[in-house]
Amino acid sequence: MTIAQMDPAVALANLQASKPDKVTIVLLSGDMDRAMAAFIIATGAAAMGMQVTVFFTFWGLNTIRRKGAPSSAKDWLRQMFGLLNKGGADSLPLSRFHFWGLGTKMMQKVMKQNRMPGVPELMETALDLGVHFIACTTTMGLMGITKDTLIEGIDQFAGVTTYLAEAKQGSVNLFI
Amino acid sequence: MLHADVKLDTLGYFCPMPIIMTLKKIKELTLGQVLEVVSDDEGIKQDMPAWCDTTGHQMVGLEEEQTKSGTIYKAFVKKTK
Repeated sequence: MTIAQMDPAVALANLQASKPDKVTIVLLSGDMDRAMAAFIIATGAAAMGMQVTVFFTFWGLNTIRRKGAPSSAKDWLRQMFGLLNKGGADSLPLSRFHFWGLGTKMMQKVMKQNRMPGVPELMETALDLGVHFIACTTTMGLMGITKDTLIEGIDQFAGVTTYLAEAKQGSVNLFI
Repeated sequence: MLHADVKLDTLGYFCPMPIIMTLKKIKELTLGQVLEVVSDDEGIKQDMPAWCDTTGHQMVGLEEEQTKSGTIYKAFVKKTK
């Protein structure tokens, strides 16, 4: 039996051709700065013509929750949690220097002065550009978050295998 | 001076906005037309050629202009698809 030796350049070209330009991002964090990074990468990749999927899990779900939407949890523990864990793309805290909201407000002001879009605007752009949004159903169940308390435009409500099936075909996979 | 058919002002915007605005604008152009993207974000010097490489549009050139408020970059992109 003979084994044909493949030219590394050809192998690389084949690999690149077989992999679609697909980006998957897991957004676990509900911090404003991290969500910014996630959506900047997502919109940038979509603008380059890549297929982008963002999987929102745990605190990351706060970015796609409607502000002030009540928790639909029946038991008091999860209701309390819903009170503490506020959602809404425009009310995410900074991971550092939040200072009970003051630091975050300052950052938002600086961003506005510099015409830098915030998380809500970036998220809207991402949806405009066809970025695929998946909400993690495990977290939704755990935290008592229902579909009607999330923003419009979520493509799928799914779990880890849906994410992995997408990530397997991706050439860029990020966990933020 | 490079020739442009359409001009896009992205002054004051940081990454990724100039690229997103370029993407939206270039859809309005016809094949062969050249878009001039004006930006004061230095990142555009690298980002616009990279975007052109990936999307298949043609980077015609880049001009820099010194103004009182800083350097302004003019990226010229030809719509090729």
